[in-house]
Amino acid sequence: MAKLTKLIDVSKCTACRGCQVACKNWNQNPATIEPFKGYLQTHKDTNAETFTIVKMDEYVDPAMGLRWLFRKHGCFHCENPACLEVCPRQAYSKNEWGATVHNPERCIGCQYCTYACPWHVPKYLKREDIVRKCTLCANRVDAGLEKGTFKDYPLENWPEGGTSGPEPAFGPARELATFVPACVKTCPAGALSFGERERQIQKALERVQVLRARGFVEANVYGLDQMGGLNVMYVLQYRPETYGLPAQPKPMGQVAFWQNIVKPYAGWLIPVALGTSVISFFTTRLLGAGKDLHGHGHEEGGEE
Amino acid sequence: MKVTRRQFLMFSGVTAATFAVVDLGFNLGATAAEVGESRIKNVTPAPTVCPYCASGCGLLVYSERDAEGKFVKLLSVEGDPDNINNRGGACSKGAAIFNLREIYDEETGEQKVNPKRVATPLYRAPGSEKWEEKDWDWILDEVAKRVKETRDKSFIHKETVTAKVKNADGTETETQLEMIVNRTERIAAMGGSPMDNEECYLESKLMRALGVVYLETQARLCHSSTVAGLAPSFGRGAMTNSIPDLKNTDCALIMGSNCAENHPVTWRWLHKARDERGAVMIHVDPRYTRTSAVCDIYAPMRSGTDIAFIGGMVKYILDNELYHKDYVLAYTNASFLVADGYDFNPEDGLFSGYDAANRKYDTTTWDYQYGEDKLPLKDPTLTHPRCVFQLMKKHFERYDIDTVCAITGTPKHDYLKVLEAFCATGKPDKTGTILYAMGITQHTVGSQNVRAFTLVQLLLGNMGRPGGGVNALRGENNVQGATDHALLFHIIPGYITSPTNAPAHKDLFSFIKKETPGAGKLPATNWDELLEALHAGIPNSGFRVNTSKWVVSMLKAWWGDAATRENDYAYHYLPKRDEKKNYSHIAMFEAMYNGDIDGLFIFGGNPVVGGPNANKEQVALTKLKWLVVVDLWLHETADFWSYKAWERPVENDKVPKLGPKDIQTEVFFLPACGVYEKEGTASQTGRMIQYRWKNADPVGESKPDLWIIDQLAKRIKKLYEGSTKPQDEPIVHLTWGPYGEGEEPEPTLVALEINGYYGKFEEHKPVAKFADLKDDGSTACGNWIICGSMTTKEDGSLDYKPKWRDNSDPSGLGIHPKWGWCWPVNRRILYNRCSVQPDGVTPWPGDEGRMLIHWDPTAVADPATGALGKWVGPDVPDFNATLAPTAPGGTNPFIMRPEGKGCFFAVGAGMKEGPFPEHYEPWETPVASNLMNKTMLNPAVKVWEPDKQGKPEEYPIVGTTYRVVEHWQTGALTRNLPWLAELVPNMFVELSEELAKAKGIKNGDDVIISTTRGDVKAVAMVTKRFKPLTVQGKLVHEVGLVWCFGYKGYATGDPANRLTAHIGDANTMIPEYKAWLCDVRRA
Repeated sequence: MAKLTKLIDVSKCTACRGCQVACKNWNQNPATIEPFKGYLQTHKDTNAETFTIVKMDEYVDPAMGLRWLFRKHGCFHCENPACLEVCPRQAYSKNEWGATVHNPERCIGCQYCTYACPWHVPKYLKREDIVRKCTLCANRVDAGLEKGTFKDYPLENWPEGGTSGPEPAFGPARELATFVPACVKTCPAGALSFGERERQIQKALERVQVLRARGFVEANVYGLDQMGGLNVMYVLQYRPETYGLPAQPKPMGQVAFWQNIVKPYAGWLIPVALGTSVISFFTTRLLGAGKDLHGHGHEEGGEE
Repeated sequence: MKVTRRQFLMFSGVTAATFAVVDLGFNLGATAAEVGESRIKNVTPAPTVCPYCASGCGLLVYSERDAEGKFVKLLSVEGDPDNINNRGGACSKGAAIFNLREIYDEETGEQKVNPKRVATPLYRAPGSEKWEEKDWDWILDEVAKRVKETRDKSFIHKETVTAKVKNADGTETETQLEMIVNRTERIAAMGGSPMDNEECYLESKLMRALGVVYLETQARLCHSSTVAGLAPSFGRGAMTNSIPDLKNTDCALIMGSNCAENHPVTWRWLHKARDERGAVMIHVDPRYTRTSAVCDIYAPMRSGTDIAFIGGMVKYILDNELYHKDYVLAYTNASFLVADGYDFNPEDGLFSGYDAANRKYDTTTWDYQYGEDKLPLKDPTLTHPRCVFQLMKKHFERYDIDTVCAITGTPKHDYLKVLEAFCATGKPDKTGTILYAMGITQHTVGSQNVRAFTLVQLLLGNMGRPGGGVNALRGENNVQGATDHALLFHIIPGYITSPTNAPAHKDLFSFIKKETPGAGKLPATNWDELLEALHAGIPNSGFRVNTSKWVVSMLKAWWGDAATRENDYAYHYLPKRDEKKNYSHIAMFEAMYNGDIDGLFIFGGNPVVGGPNANKEQVALTKLKWLVVVDLWLHETADFWSYKAWERPVENDKVPKLGPKDIQTEVFFLPACGVYEKEGTASQTGRMIQYRWKNADPVGESKPDLWIIDQLAKRIKKLYEGSTKPQDEPIVHLTWGPYGEGEEPEPTLVALEINGYYGKFEEHKPVAKFADLKDDGSTACGNWIICGSMTTKEDGSLDYKPKWRDNSDPSGLGIHPKWGWCWPVNRRILYNRCSVQPDGVTPWPGDEGRMLIHWDPTAVADPATGALGKWVGPDVPDFNATLAPTAPGGTNPFIMRPEGKGCFFAVGAGMKEGPFPEHYEPWETPVASNLMNKTMLNPAVKVWEPDKQGKPEEYPIVGTTYRVVEHWQTGALTRNLPWLAELVPNMFVELSEELAKAKGIKNGDDVIISTTRGDVKAVAMVTKRFKPLTVQGKLVHEVGLVWCFGYKGYATGDPANRLTAHIGDANTMIPEYKAWLCDVRRA
């Protein structure tokens, strides 16, 4: 089937962080409370129980003056995902509509995916000795696909209905608007949309023209071709680097080596020769992926 | 050996390698194995309404139930896609509402009940260091006993007051008059805005029957100045348009509001307006916020200079003739002539009638000139020097751009951008909306700030039209309802002045005569004559000519058969407050501090964090004999007696350090249940009432506030049973449902009483609309403005319209007439007669698509008589439905104003400090002079604590407070939710890079902020977003503190309100939270 893509229009984001909480609500993730350090963006990066955060950066536009840029950050669901390439346990797969899903039951917590991902998205959860990340709410979307109610979101001409009566009655919107990613549904400002990739790309390109006409001459679409195409795309007002995004993200480290040499043998080599705990040790130590990979790679723009 | 799936996969690695290609991107199977099935796929949720801000976003609660239908646990809480406000959206607070009841454990990840919720009633004995668990019977009976004891000891049944009688020769004679006043000043009640309407109403009814006059709700602290500022201009004090209506605007001026954070869903509609109409968004605020980030224009200003900013806009519109001329002429009082006695001295900034000794005005000169027909005289050419238009022009001539910018500190080019963009909406085919909140209201000139907006919007012709309006964004989910039901000392339900011990209120006849506009001049000498005259109609009274019907119907609802024609419908049962006293929030705490109040009820409220001068308010609580806290959480106020509650970051001899042993207050904690653990309605910011269904069991023994109030009322009534004392009659005879047969009262039956009914309550015969209410005792109605919210269905059952969930919108204007119910009579946009030209049929030029109503001369107005001609259109006319445009009053869109027009000039006692807004400095100001006039402080303000005024020499920095999207009000309902505590875990102070550098403060440092009232510690957040401003040629720094913190909950910090002052606006005593002086240093 056609690919489904989440489009994040950063020009509409108000950083209310509804997405961050709705994500926790759906994925049943506890809070990870850290002391306040002087930044409204409390977490520097996502973590194993915080699949998405809103990055906030101050930026001085030469023409417009001070801007405060917001960017919802999380898994990009790449068409050619580095995590999937490097995982020794084949814990990752692409589902039929484009989500990069991770099977926790196969995961051994080696975190090579964390290292390989250009954004270090998969994060290690000590309690369960696995990595975790955004699922693109695959089970919500699947429910809609199975029910046959799935539609591009936001719904065109929001369907009306319901009754004027004493019992709570629902209009058609509930079935149509619930089975989309939790972050998309919750966005009060309507900055997030989700739907068939080609239409999303069309929408993104049109939006860029609108933003350029409003004076954002650098406005661009991010995710058309990066990593084979991202199923979480952005409309950006400024160049990707301004938001701490690499214009051309590349898998970290020796992914080609891993993909072509190690991985074909990994299936038998690892369990037979080493065993679980040893592998973990091997991958984390030998390949330099520490347990806490937060600070790895470049600093993402400074949080504020 | 049991082999787990994971181990199995380990051992079958070879197989996995063989099929590696399958895993490399071509897995076409369902993802269920990876991510599980959707747990809500086939679950029917129940709708509720978000309990935070008043946007009224719908939420759906999904729960797991066992085979018998018993509640097991929550599955998910998320936005309601049908809801017309949010279309499924939910900001961080709304999205976190699952945590209100349940959380995922940080250590184990297990789902469990939020451990911060209180599950049993608690009691703290005098001097005790701990809480004791109690059962409901014990605690309710004890509270009832305390109430009776305090009431009986302190009750004032009768009072002798001095009445002045006018003699024939014009002289006055003083006589002594004995009045029944039925009040107690030693019991107080506050809170209520987080409760449902039905709960607020019963609280208002019970407290007033007990004689409580210290009755206050959060509205006092957030939007009381809105009501005071809007009513003299428009007739009502509510937000005029709706949330979805924002999509219709051409320009939004967001000033004193950070709506992207505090009312996030507004941006769904503002983005739509920008994308579809090319609307321009403007943000005016001392700080660059998340709202500024999505606006087209941002202009900074110094806190407390809004009237200068807006006054300059008025001048700009007038000078450049940008006003909507036809609108101004037809729908406003611009052409009215003002009495000769009225004057304003631009030198000293004082209006005529000032009494400096008492800091108040004699407002008799603030009036129109009247003709022989007793109607105001007009000059349609707008050139008469005494016409309102010319006086306004003269008043604001000093507000030139340079002077304004010198006061506000706004860079001139930014100010010009704002003026040009917003004033362009004066074109007949354009509308502009003003969105505001606490940045405007919480000042010593709060009411005049609001009124200044009304001038701009009337000039630009933006009232009563889609995409226009003065939109007070209210901050608590039902603060509108709490205000409507008059949890405020100065009104009774439906915005009628509460009776006082003034001779003019001595009986029902006098009260109605006084409180019905224009009735004072009637020759009527008795009740029958008065009613006859009122029913015949009196000129210059507006719709309030019906006051007698509203009051009599309310008295019937409260005292039923005991309210008869013979006993003034039990009017004397209503408490009569002392007309010379103020009973508002600050006054209440001043009285408490002085030991003049014994018992206090707090129904959802946390003054130890939220009250101004919170140190003082905490001390005030120690003077109470008893305190009843009804809440979900043991917040800082419930625990005010604990050791921790008295810890301070620095020693300060002005702040006492007390402990449990020093505090003899008995504290009763009554655990309330959460919003989706009960049923009831809430009125959102646009006056729309929505029903909230229940879909979870209360935590532990916690109970709905409705049950708690019902139980208290029943138990107190029992204690007074059989009493024959006249002073006990208001309680003995108080009607009390019964609101259903079960143990828990039914909200719908309480709503029936609010709506109004014919005959006996048990007959369940609702009154259809407020025009049907009578003043002969044949109708009972708890609150006239809500009348019409209930009808009877064909099967005889009650149809409570707030339950309506048909979100269709035939006009496409965002009216949604069948979603919920809006007061008055389901009108969605107030003053909508203005959306069409005076002839009633022609749209404003170029604005055909936004006509809300129009006159249809061929429509059948009355099927019985066959009369033709009525107002029709997408919205319910906010107008007499059958009054032709050509009839007298046919072009008077502001039906609640006596003159029927929008008022630039506020007549009479409408505003305490003048008919036009005038700039005065905040009580604590960094400047040495007021550039507009020689008066520094609002001349009508009461100064409570002159010794606590901070001076710029000692405290050079302007301080202000604000909220963030992640925390709400005092934080009790957000700091106890882990998902929100995570987002903003601690108290912080926001300051500029320039100030930080000057003070040697680095981002993340601990900082002490001090005022004359106290000190707080906060983490420094140094940003480019807060800039020092050049004011009167001098650099002025400002800092901002989040006020949502206290030491309890998952997110902690000092309450910012330990810094704020006990000083309030002249009209409503709303505290000046938003502008004060402080100093800042590294901790």
